[in-house]
Amino acid sequence: MNEELKIIWRRFFDWVMGNGPRPENEVIPPEAPPDLPFTRKPKDKYSRFHEPTLRERYNNWLELHGLHIFAILYSAMSILVCVVIVSLLLVTVAELPPFGHERNPANNEVIRRYVEHGGFETGAQNIVAGLILDYRAFDTFGESAVLFTAAVSVLMLLSASRSKNNLSGGGGKRFHSFSHDDAILRNVASLSIPIILMLGCTVVINGHLSPGGGFSGGAILSAALILCANAYGFDHVHSFLNERTFIFSSSTALMIYAMSKGYSFYTGANQIHSIIPKGTIGNILSGGLILPLNICVGLIVACTLYGFYALFSEGEI
Amino acid sequence: MLEKLFLNHYEAAAVILSGIGLTNLLLQRNLIKKIIGLNIMDTAVYLFLAAKGYVEGRAAPILLENGAGGWLRSSALYVNPVPAGLVLTGIVVSVSVTAFALALTLKVYEAYGTLNIDEALLKMTQEQEEIESEIENAEEKVLV
Amino acid sequence: MIDTFAFNIPFASIFIMMISAILTPILPKKNRFPEKFSCYAIGTVAILSAYLLYSLSNSGQSLSFNFAMGHFPAPWGNELRAGPLEAVLSLVFCVAMLLSLTGNFDSTAEDIPTNRRQIFCVLVNLLMASLLALTYTNDLFTAYVFIEINTIAACAIVAVKESPETARAALRYLIMSLVGSGLVMISICLLYGLTGHLLMQNMHGAIQVLVTTKNYLLPLTVSLALITVGLAIKSALYPFAFWLPDAHGSSTNSSSAILSGLVLKGHIFILIKVFYRVFGLDVIHLLKMDTVIFILGVSAMVMGSVHAMKQNNIKKMIAWSSVAQVGYIFLGVGLNTVAGVAAACLHIIIHACVKPMLFTAAGGLSSVAGHKKGLHELMGTFYINRWAGMGLITGACSMMGIPAFAGFASKLSLTLSSFESRFMFWALAALATSSVLNALYYVPAVIVVLTHNKKTVSSSMGEYQPSKLYKFSMFVFLILNFYLGLFCVPLLRLITRGVNVL
Repeated sequence: MNEELKIIWRRFFDWVMGNGPRPENEVIPPEAPPDLPFTRKPKDKYSRFHEPTLRERYNNWLELHGLHIFAILYSAMSILVCVVIVSLLLVTVAELPPFGHERNPANNEVIRRYVEHGGFETGAQNIVAGLILDYRAFDTFGESAVLFTAAVSVLMLLSASRSKNNLSGGGGKRFHSFSHDDAILRNVASLSIPIILMLGCTVVINGHLSPGGGFSGGAILSAALILCANAYGFDHVHSFLNERTFIFSSSTALMIYAMSKGYSFYTGANQIHSIIPKGTIGNILSGGLILPLNICVGLIVACTLYGFYALFSEGEI
Repeated sequence: MLEKLFLNHYEAAAVILSGIGLTNLLLQRNLIKKIIGLNIMDTAVYLFLAAKGYVEGRAAPILLENGAGGWLRSSALYVNPVPAGLVLTGIVVSVSVTAFALALTLKVYEAYGTLNIDEALLKMTQEQEEIESEIENAEEKVLV
Repeated sequence: MIDTFAFNIPFASIFIMMISAILTPILPKKNRFPEKFSCYAIGTVAILSAYLLYSLSNSGQSLSFNFAMGHFPAPWGNELRAGPLEAVLSLVFCVAMLLSLTGNFDSTAEDIPTNRRQIFCVLVNLLMASLLALTYTNDLFTAYVFIEINTIAACAIVAVKESPETARAALRYLIMSLVGSGLVMISICLLYGLTGHLLMQNMHGAIQVLVTTKNYLLPLTVSLALITVGLAIKSALYPFAFWLPDAHGSSTNSSSAILSGLVLKGHIFILIKVFYRVFGLDVIHLLKMDTVIFILGVSAMVMGSVHAMKQNNIKKMIAWSSVAQVGYIFLGVGLNTVAGVAAACLHIIIHACVKPMLFTAAGGLSSVAGHKKGLHELMGTFYINRWAGMGLITGACSMMGIPAFAGFASKLSLTLSSFESRFMFWALAALATSSVLNALYYVPAVIVVLTHNKKTVSSSMGEYQPSKLYKFSMFVFLILNFYLGLFCVPLLRLITRGVNVL
């Protein structure tokens, strides 16, 4: 340490031992350098008569084989851990209620109400859509928020690297190996993109009537965007989807979602009559809030998934 | 016990997969392989949930018409819809988490030039030692 | 009964934070507007929580209420639940979050460029929303979804400061967290298969039936073990805590304060809810999980301090001290009595107020010493930034458990609650050992900071003046510290009432 600390320590020592105050300007005798083991003169390792000690031999052996042994130990441990976890869980599974049996604990009164009254309480023909966007809408709101969180975090991590010249040297674009003049790709894309877009929209809009919904439809829409970017180049997509529109559209869609669900939560908990009509089950305009919510979710998912692709391949949206 | 395991063979497969995924996530040294392990584990959980929701001989939970303008809504006709909703949430969570983990991996790769976390740690400690020795050298120069 | 306004507060506070998170990316970046906006939003939620606490403590009989999210009653729809404990925790979380943001307002600006700062605000808002949702939720699957938001946002606020080390630390944190959430997810699936419910009190009923009929005891034990381990990884219980010092020590000061003070606590509170609302005290005791938690808690108390002693970096030292403090909380939970859990909740609150103060103080001291974090480089910094020095000394005294400081109150209540437990001897021995160990690393730090160093002091004396916001936040931290240390009895009584209705 240094002098001040030493002085403090001496004072503390004197106080503990009950010594009187020391005279001022007392000369502190310099301490003799301790005879530490590593200050001794090392033996001549390389002399012909030097016999390696056990420790040196162990160190040499470790240097030669250490990594190898470590790798073997690691794989042995992974197998062990895997076997222990799997066997524990297998014993558990053997005790679980039998597969596909209709008297299982999961098939209880909760499910009965979802199936028997779900259609009329939510207005949706697809019971799963009614479940996730009406009965348990708070979970699904959280789920969209997870996607939003991830989109924002990835945007922060990857797009900031563009402004600084980081270690990869290129600064911005990570790879652009494909050529923009691929005639086959472009022709196929021009044929298939409208079909994919149409399919995506159908899946989103029919979410309350048939399998699908915002998440799966949004994924299909983002596939069309990614194909477009690959066939015509990212600049083509930039003309209608850049970083500002990306953030703006995701935020707006999530905001509409939050506001409409907030209204329905508020009215539900305070037992106020909600003004949202349920519609006739089976029609396209039915299911109350489910259709607009599906569209919002589809927009968020399409933007986010395309955003992930663009950020990973280009470093910008 | 084996008999019961055979009865629950979907769950058993899911559990084996999730064990494999968890082990990969814990013990692989390569970051990309770790993330693949995570995805295996998530997929296993979806399989498990889907198996939990299945009831023998019942249809998917989308209301069927009864032919007279009404809807068949007996609960003996459809499988459990809750696991489907949970799986959907799980998929979205897993997509988000995977994207974020890959972005961080890219950052680590840019910084250290390796995907192995041990090597990254080694490089970091070496860099720190270099910095410290540089500082010491500078201090010595000042003293001289 | 409570009035309609207070009834809507749990829902309103989650939604205010969510909406502020969604709005923040489209706000103008100038003049640090996004950060101010987030601070105002968090402040609003703090005031709302205080009102909720006030009306709950004056409500007489019905101490807790349920809030249906939507038009469908509980087993079908989602549900929130609020009682005195939830109200206290959300108030403390808001206050601690607000103070960690305002206290480190300047160091955030130094560490993070403008573009990233806006996203940092989004992430902080999302983190706050998820913490509130974790506090209020009554549904295990909702808890899982918000745990995931919490995980991503927490890792992202580690990585928000751009350096290779933070990226590595964040990735390590993320991987450990994902192992944890994977285990939680598997456990929730198992529990759903066994009980057919996701709502906490219905699960509790079904589990009670299963236990009395002795059905499915092994799957219950396994799922309890999985969810405990999963949440223990996320809340940095000792053998699973090796990710924590890197993540908390390398990030920017406000992130460290938020992560240590709040994020760990959210997961611990969910674990307490799982123990008390889903399984119940008797089932936990029957399945022997209390003993496991107790042993892990004791080992964390000792080993966290041992690791902290080896550190030279002050932030890493404080981070390892968090591991020891999490051990105290788990010790209280492992006692498996109402008094033990109340003491654990008191320690959650006290640690949530003290740890951000320590990180803020350490940040203030190291910024005076030219952003160096080695202990020997901080010599004499007390005389340059006295506010930060006061914070460090008060926080250290509090962590050591000196009377009149906040940490003493929770240690006292942990000690008192351990008298009725069968682990009394071990609990007392662990508390004594850990207090001594705490002193062994906090006292040297305090001595170093207080030692006069002519070189540092003469070179920058008079030049440095902490900003008004820093002084204000530190002042509030100090007041909170002494308030909690001297007047914690009414708070403890309120928490005990809250635990009783949990």
